[in-house]
Amino acid sequence: MPDALPPDQPQAARRRWMAVLARASSDELGERLGTLPDYRVLRGPEAGLVMVRGRTGGGGAPFNLGEMTATRCTVRTETGQVGHAYVAGRSERLAELAALADALLQDPARQPALLETLVEPLAAAQRARREAIAAKAAATRVQFFAMRNMRS
Amino acid sequence: MSATISLPGFADPVEEAQATFRAVLDAMARPGTLHRAGERLAPPVPLDQAAAAVLLTLVDNETPLWLDAAAAAARDWLAFHCGATVVETPLDAAFAAALSLPDLSTLPGGSHEVPEASATLILQVAALGSGTRYRLSGPGLREPSVFAASGLPAGFAAVWQRNHALYPCGVDIVLCAGATVAALPRSVSIEEA
Repeated sequence: MPDALPPDQPQAARRRWMAVLARASSDELGERLGTLPDYRVLRGPEAGLVMVRGRTGGGGAPFNLGEMTATRCTVRTETGQVGHAYVAGRSERLAELAALADALLQDPARQPALLETLVEPLAAAQRARREAIAAKAAATRVQFFAMRNMRS
Repeated sequence: MSATISLPGFADPVEEAQATFRAVLDAMARPGTLHRAGERLAPPVPLDQAAAAVLLTLVDNETPLWLDAAAAAARDWLAFHCGATVVETPLDAAFAAALSLPDLSTLPGGSHEVPEASATLILQVAALGSGTRYRLSGPGLREPSVFAASGLPAGFAAVWQRNHALYPCGVDIVLCAGATVAALPRSVSIEEA
């Protein structure tokens, strides 16, 4: 949940935009980035498996839930910023674009404009999608206490 | 940490790592023979192509790496591309990278129960195939062969014989210069020729 991070941490802003970029689709990212500046790929994009861990009951002992496919990429821009991306699935283009966007966002000259035209619209779209799914699920919610009330 | 990485690793990781692994295998099997490695790699200062390629191929997150003071300039690049833990004490290392010969007794030599728990030293020297001449004999060599390298310290043969005497324990050395690799496994006996 990118919106739930404490804003006072120095890395929080970067963590938030990396999370938003990783959840975007490669098409919307490519569209919003427009013409790409020159950059050099340092690593990847390469797909691999990561172990997803869970906690019993949400806060108990950790256990291995299963492996998922993830793709990572690291790029370096002409201005020397190094951007990383780890995205779910095997979209190499998404990983590369997200890494490039992360690098560009670290450039103080580009950051304000990019936050406004790239990160915020993507975050808003993702929030809307999440809320639409939550609303759909909420409509089918079963209120168990109603059954108890009927018996009493 | 990522600020100083400016160079990529292998362009084709699978192909180039396999080719380098083959070169190291052949070099180990026939001590003192010269093999090519890392010709397509753009290594960071101060590493040569061969040393960088061997490190990228062999070192990973399960093998602690020790760097001597000169090789430490490439620390960030190695940590990023290999995912290795860089350790401060040579005795904790599975691999060591150096630009000048360290004291071999400070590297782990394994024990008689687990001789494979020894370190492999990747030593970058000035040149292979020219310079001081050494006579090698031992497993992998049908008859004693002559091997030349420049950049090894004076009295290297005597230092090596102390390491060789520990067999089956002891340290193995992979020598690198430019894009050339040669190996000195602990089983080989060296005298100055």
